[in-house]
Amino acid sequence: MLYRSLFPRDLFAEFDRLQRDMQGAFGGAPSIRGLGRNGYPALNVGTTPSSVEVYAFAPGLEPGSIEVNLDRGVLSIAGERKADAPQRDEKTTLHIDERFAGRFRRVVSLPDDIDPNAVSADYRDGVLHVSVQRRAEAQPRRIAVQ
Amino acid sequence: MNTVTPTASNTRAARSEPALLPPVDVVEDASGITLYADLPGVPRDKLDLRVDGDLLVIEAEVVLPVPQGMQASHAEVTLSRYRRTFTLSKELDADKVSAELNQGVLRLRIPKAEHAQPRKISVRVQ
Repeated sequence: MLYRSLFPRDLFAEFDRLQRDMQGAFGGAPSIRGLGRNGYPALNVGTTPSSVEVYAFAPGLEPGSIEVNLDRGVLSIAGERKADAPQRDEKTTLHIDERFAGRFRRVVSLPDDIDPNAVSADYRDGVLHVSVQRRAEAQPRRIAVQ
Repeated sequence: MNTVTPTASNTRAARSEPALLPPVDVVEDASGITLYADLPGVPRDKLDLRVDGDLLVIEAEVVLPVPQGMQASHAEVTLSRYRRTFTLSKELDADKVSAELNQGVLRLRIPKAEHAQPRKISVRVQ
C-alpha cells in the first residue's frame, strides 16, 4: 500500500501506518471488537478438550473490584486501575509515564459448548485466570463399533 | 521485601534471549526516584533485580497455571520473560535500593545519596 502520510516526518504516524499495513497483510479480518493489541489487560486464550482458559494480564488491581461477567457466551472483564504515582506537584517530576490507568473493559466470545454454570476465576500475581468448563455431552467420545 | 544487591555478574547470555519490555512509570522527588513496573504473572522468587555498574537491570519470568494439553487459540503475551535496563545517574545511591512486588506491580525506590540532596543555590545578579 502506498500513500503519503499527512505528516511525513512524524515517526509515530509511520509506525501506526506500518502496524495497520501488517494487520492487513497477516491478520486478514480482525474481530469487530478490535485486536486491542496495546490494550489493558492483555489477553491469552487457550482451550483444552474439557475447558476454555482465559488469562488477563491485569497487574495492580484490587481483586474485589474486578468485574467478570458471562452473558450469552460472551465473557467480559472490566474494572478500574488507579494511578500509583502521587499527584504531581512542583517537587515531583514524572519522567516516564507508560503504565495504564483508568477504566478498562475487554470482551472475549467463547465457543458454543461452554457451561455457563461451571466458571471459576482467580487473581494471582496480577493475572486474572478464568476457567470455563465445556459441557460433558460436547466432549469427544469414542464410539464403540458393534 | 526483596533487596537489591549490586553484582558484577556477566549477563550477556541472558540478554540475548528475547523478552518483553514491561511498561514503567518513573517519578522523581526531592529525595529519590520511584519506579513502577508492570510484571503480571511474576511470582516473587522469579524476580531478578540487580545493579550492575551504573545499570539497573530488571529481569523476571512469568509463571502461569496452565492445564495439561492446553492449546493457545489467541495470544497477546507470547513470551514468558520480562527485561528492562536503565542507566542510573551518579547522585543515586544504588546500595540503598528497596523493592516490593505486589500483584504484578514492582515498586522500586532509589534514594539520592546524602551529598546529592537538594540545596538551594542562590543566584547573584550583578
